[in-house]
Amino acid sequence: MITYIIRRIFQLIPVLFGVTILVFLMMHLTPGNPAQLMAGETAPPEVVERIEKRLGLHDPLPVQYVNFLKKVVTLDFGVSMRNSLPIIDELRPKFWVTIELAIYSTLLSIFMGIIAGIVSAVRKYSFADVAIMLVALFGLSMPNFWLGLMLMQWFSINLGWFPPTGWGSPGQVVLPVITLGTAGAAVIARMTRSSMLEVISQDYIRTARAKGVRERVIIYRHALKNALIPVVTVTGLQFGTLLSGTVLTETVFAINGMGRYVIDSIMARDFPAVQASIIVISIMFVLVNLIVDISYRYLNKRIDLNG
Amino acid sequence: MGKEENILSVKDLQTSFFIDDGSEVKAVDGVTFDVPKGKTIGIVGESGSGKSITALSILKLIDNPGKIKGGQILYKGDNLVDYNERKMRKIRGNQISMIFQEPMTSLNPTYTVGEQISESYKIHQGLGKKESKRKVIEMLKLVGIPSPEKRIDQYPFELSGGMRQRVMIAMALACRPEMLIADEPTTALDVTIQAQILELIKELQDELGMSVIMITHDLGVVAETCDYVAVMYCGKVVEYADVRTLFKNPRHPYTVGLLNSLPRSDVDQEELIPIKGTVPSPDEMPTGCRFAPRCPFATEKCHNELPELEQIGLGEQIRCWIYTDEWTGDPEVKVYEP
Amino acid sequence: MSDPAVQAAVTTNASLNPRVKARKDLIKRFKKNKAALISFYVILFLIVVSIIVHVFQLFGITITPHSPSAVNLPDRFQGPSAEYWFGADHMGRDIFSRILHGMILTLGIGFVSVFMGALVGVPLGIISGYYGGKVDAVIMRIIDVLLAFPGILLALAIVSILGGSLVNVTIAVAVYSVPGFARIVRGSTLATKKLEYIDAIRALGAKDGRIIFKHILPNVMSPIIVNATLYIATAVLTAAGLSFLGLGAQPPTPEWGAMLNDGRGFMRDAGHITLFPGLAILVVVLAFNIFGDGLRDALDPKMKN
Repeated sequence: MITYIIRRIFQLIPVLFGVTILVFLMMHLTPGNPAQLMAGETAPPEVVERIEKRLGLHDPLPVQYVNFLKKVVTLDFGVSMRNSLPIIDELRPKFWVTIELAIYSTLLSIFMGIIAGIVSAVRKYSFADVAIMLVALFGLSMPNFWLGLMLMQWFSINLGWFPPTGWGSPGQVVLPVITLGTAGAAVIARMTRSSMLEVISQDYIRTARAKGVRERVIIYRHALKNALIPVVTVTGLQFGTLLSGTVLTETVFAINGMGRYVIDSIMARDFPAVQASIIVISIMFVLVNLIVDISYRYLNKRIDLNG
Repeated sequence: MGKEENILSVKDLQTSFFIDDGSEVKAVDGVTFDVPKGKTIGIVGESGSGKSITALSILKLIDNPGKIKGGQILYKGDNLVDYNERKMRKIRGNQISMIFQEPMTSLNPTYTVGEQISESYKIHQGLGKKESKRKVIEMLKLVGIPSPEKRIDQYPFELSGGMRQRVMIAMALACRPEMLIADEPTTALDVTIQAQILELIKELQDELGMSVIMITHDLGVVAETCDYVAVMYCGKVVEYADVRTLFKNPRHPYTVGLLNSLPRSDVDQEELIPIKGTVPSPDEMPTGCRFAPRCPFATEKCHNELPELEQIGLGEQIRCWIYTDEWTGDPEVKVYEP
Repeated sequence: MSDPAVQAAVTTNASLNPRVKARKDLIKRFKKNKAALISFYVILFLIVVSIIVHVFQLFGITITPHSPSAVNLPDRFQGPSAEYWFGADHMGRDIFSRILHGMILTLGIGFVSVFMGALVGVPLGIISGYYGGKVDAVIMRIIDVLLAFPGILLALAIVSILGGSLVNVTIAVAVYSVPGFARIVRGSTLATKKLEYIDAIRALGAKDGRIIFKHILPNVMSPIIVNATLYIATAVLTAAGLSFLGLGAQPPTPEWGAMLNDGRGFMRDAGHITLFPGLAILVVVLAFNIFGDGLRDALDPKMKN
């Protein structure tokens, strides 16, 4: 197990290099002179020159990359092109907002998804099962930003139950979390259902029945623990989708998080800021995947006959 | 053979599976047999004969779309068919236990051996953690697992197949049931381990005074362990006899066929003769005797009319036209009669 | 079995080669799934309608109730009516007509981007799985890097480099689908390669190219098709999202995501502007998802519960 974790962490190194290289190249793959783009098309040459100097654009590419990497490692992403403030300082509070949003939504997805999945599996082909699976299919097929708009329309504008925008107060949390968590809940519900059905037909469930265990205990003690193993992986993958979904959700609800920061930075052609946010989100995603892989391995160890 | 007390009597048991398209598969079609107290009865048949379904029916572990359609399962005089789920749970694992064919998959991979065995004590005897741990260790010792104090914290994947089957047995016998149903308990094991497990079951049977139903397709297992045998074919019992009579003097052509297709050391055999043909599929079940299409002696009557299970001799039962007064075929085939 | 037609079908089936038989079985199983069959017809219908609308428009003939770009300010914010089935937007344009005209964009982006993604991802997967070793390691590391960008983020990065436009969104979504194709195809290739007959063919001296095209590719085709179908659903959602963020189709293009972005500012006055384009996206994505699920179940009946 420990060798697996170490091996897995070593595998991350080329991935992280790749991510930083790609993000670094972003600026250089842009058609035209990035300094000119950032300064604006009508900017005088001195300004463009100054930006080029500041970004070190005159150095050869490998040198530029090494410098870039050095700074990234120390979480120094330079200053924003828009207001000359250090990007990391701008990013930090937004980072926590996005993390909050992502965690609440993930919790909602897991909670709703697993419960719905269990009900569906236990009452296979019942009305409840069909209804849940139908809702899940819709949840999966809905653009989440549109769901956000619809929720805002009904619950904020028409009914006035929740504030339509912002983040922080309990009321402001509800709609964005539903918006972001729905797709995940749908995926997890479908996974839980099929995984439960698979497990329920296993021999050891019959053994438990033959032992005189109550049906409820069989579902929650004997079946669920096994059924949740693949659900862990799906939840991990879902976290990635969710992270990127914050971009849209934060835009819809005008939440001052990292996702919206990416969009604003792209619009303002503030490349250092775009690079910084993309690197932060990717690293977070990679780390979450690492944790999921390890826990899956840990849970699955007992099932794997080869140890 | 005196009048023995039967702990279990299965009478005309019918279990069917109802398929989506509305058709019915009669997996167990009127099975009748008795289990005398403290004895072992073998149920023998090919796969698809309904022997495992019979076993599962006794504990009412038949899942949808299967259903017990009729008949009686008299356990100590009470009809289990009428029991509700709650009453059945008190029987399962407590009075009647069951072990299964695949020790690899029959244990829950996510719980330790100790947790799985102690669950029985929790359910049926309401024991606390400490008390049940002591009993689990005792039980593991009883089934011959070395260093049980260590084993109890291990997961099934850490055990060999034979060890797992011992754990299964320990789990089944935890509450000292009066009856054990063993569904092909040795089929998935290595030959050397098979003998050990059968020996273990026999020992424990003597020690605990249990009755055993041994479900198997292996007549060797029957010869070694059973007192009585019910031979099943296509959901019906075709012959029921004590084990010596059955091996020395088989009557039903199917039983004879089974024995002829098996290498034996107790009689002279010219050659092994397999039974011709295959078990009919449920949708083309013969209307007469189920075995008629494969039977070397079948007459017109055999193909059209189903014989009843008739008592002949002392406590032996047989479902075959040959042994009735209405037999019109070659009288010579009755040579098997003693 | 008594039906002579069935009997005949059974006998011909048996004499066919196993792959053709497998495909026939697949279609038979798929047809049993009513929902999937219906969504297949819905998709066909939408494709035909969008093409008809588009072709007529190319010749300057508007067959929708209104022109998609006809501004009619006095009617702005009008709710659904006989005149404007889905209402009018903030410039008095007919939303129903705009949705019909935008459909070809949505479907086009979906099909083209997934096709492009498969064009790159499938060869990568086959090469990786077939040759293994160093080639495999290098390709899979690159795929890992692409997968390190969660969801829409890679597309965002690409659009931020290339600039916002429909074409760039299509490219971004295509790149986004490459890793998925590569991984799945690699897996199936590995599985196929293990089959004994591939060894036998290789022992007979068949060239790699021939083995790949004649034996591997047909075997990995089914997972490719199933995934392509499900990716189209994701592609449609992603593209709509990018346009909604203002990074894709630019106004006045009647792209559905962009229409939702247009309507956002007027939700207090006219909720229907954001309602209908979203419903349209939902219908398309739903159809592809059900169709894809049906295909997958038909392909692997074990998975179906």
